[in-house]
Amino acid sequence: MVTRGFTGRGSSGDQSGRIPPGQHLVENFPVLTAGPTPNVELADWKFTVKIGPKPVKVWNWSEFNALPKTKVTKDIHCVTSWSKLDTIWEGVLIEDILADAGLDRPTDFVLAHSYDDYSTNVPLADLLSGKAMVALKFAGQPITRDHGGPARLLVPHLYFWKSAKWVKALQFTTRDEAGFWELRGYHIYGDPWREQRYTDD
Amino acid sequence: MTDNGTQTASWQSCVIEEIVQQTPSIKSFFLRLSRPFAHIAGQHVDVRLTAPDGYSAMRSYSIASSAASSPIIELAVERLPDGEVSAYFHDIAIVGDEIELRGPLGGHFLWPEPAVDAVLLIGAGSGLVPLMAMIRHRRTQDPAVPTALLLSARTAEDVLFSEELHSVEINDAAFVLALAITREDPIRASDFGRRIDSAMVEEVLARLHRKPTQIFVCGSNDFVNIATEGALLAGLDPSTIKTERYGG
Repeated sequence: MVTRGFTGRGSSGDQSGRIPPGQHLVENFPVLTAGPTPNVELADWKFTVKIGPKPVKVWNWSEFNALPKTKVTKDIHCVTSWSKLDTIWEGVLIEDILADAGLDRPTDFVLAHSYDDYSTNVPLADLLSGKAMVALKFAGQPITRDHGGPARLLVPHLYFWKSAKWVKALQFTTRDEAGFWELRGYHIYGDPWREQRYTDD
Repeated sequence: MTDNGTQTASWQSCVIEEIVQQTPSIKSFFLRLSRPFAHIAGQHVDVRLTAPDGYSAMRSYSIASSAASSPIIELAVERLPDGEVSAYFHDIAIVGDEIELRGPLGGHFLWPEPAVDAVLLIGAGSGLVPLMAMIRHRRTQDPAVPTALLLSARTAEDVLFSEELHSVEINDAAFVLALAITREDPIRASDFGRRIDSAMVEEVLARLHRKPTQIFVCGSNDFVNIATEGALLAGLDPSTIKTERYGG
């Protein structure tokens, strides 16, 4: 349905092939969070990989920073409809974390947990092959608290709520367990190119 | 997947029934739904505008009207500098125009059911919108949940729904209203003439006479950070604080 009188800013020229349906380009970096912004000191920071309830390996900040680092440039897409192009991140790929923990593919599903008790689910296949990392830097700088620092999950090919801020654990689950927003009306998978915003999209 | 009442929401067309200028930068749009829905106070809709060349723009707007099932919902839209959709609403939309929306959406920033002991609402500017739906909804409940609203605005004329808020305050002993006016002196002695801080949150809590078991904060990210920090310093439990940050 055409809206009378609406012309909009038009498509984004050369970049239109990079903007999923229903999204618009932003230059700034909006912040959206369901609760207070947690304050995690590096001295207290820990990252855990679990299989079900059982911790397999725990890293402190310096141990985690000793893992191999990878730099990526990715477009990101928030379900609230903004997209930001060419964002630069540095962190540890999920396969490098699993290798250090001596794990291969314990189960097919992962639930990421955060310091603010947030959680989000991602199939393991979407975390491997260089698709995802635990990011430690944004645009060459430590990630600010507002954007999920000290460390956040980065799964840029899915809507950005999957890229859990203040991440503290990856938990392997036998089933695809819905996380925080997935339990509250948002899509279980969240592919921006298929516009999977809400549960039944 | 509906622990909080979110249901499948498909696109529908609605007609702009009435437009009201609320403050210099905020207008209310009363929309007649073609497929009416019942919503929970705090929920939003996604609005979609489509240009003749097929380009479409989508934004989320909180519902300001109370949760009563009605074919007409109210959105209050702030005109943003550079806004694409808000500029359409403010400069182009007229009564009788049709737009598309889907909703109700959102399963987190919701008025608590069953009722809790007390609620603290903190908002700035158009961040009042989902809180207003809550205030309007609580008025339909008996007894109404003791509730305090701490609302920040630049000047008195920027206070959205000002008349209605003052009227609720006068008529409802269980409702506390405190304004934080940041760019001029406040008119009432019970209001504050500064930006929000923890001392202000503490004073509003004292006027509420009981500890809120649910806190809702809505505004820009900077405002929400300052307000939640104030609430935490005032001794409130982080797990009871729900936030909604706009600008995204």
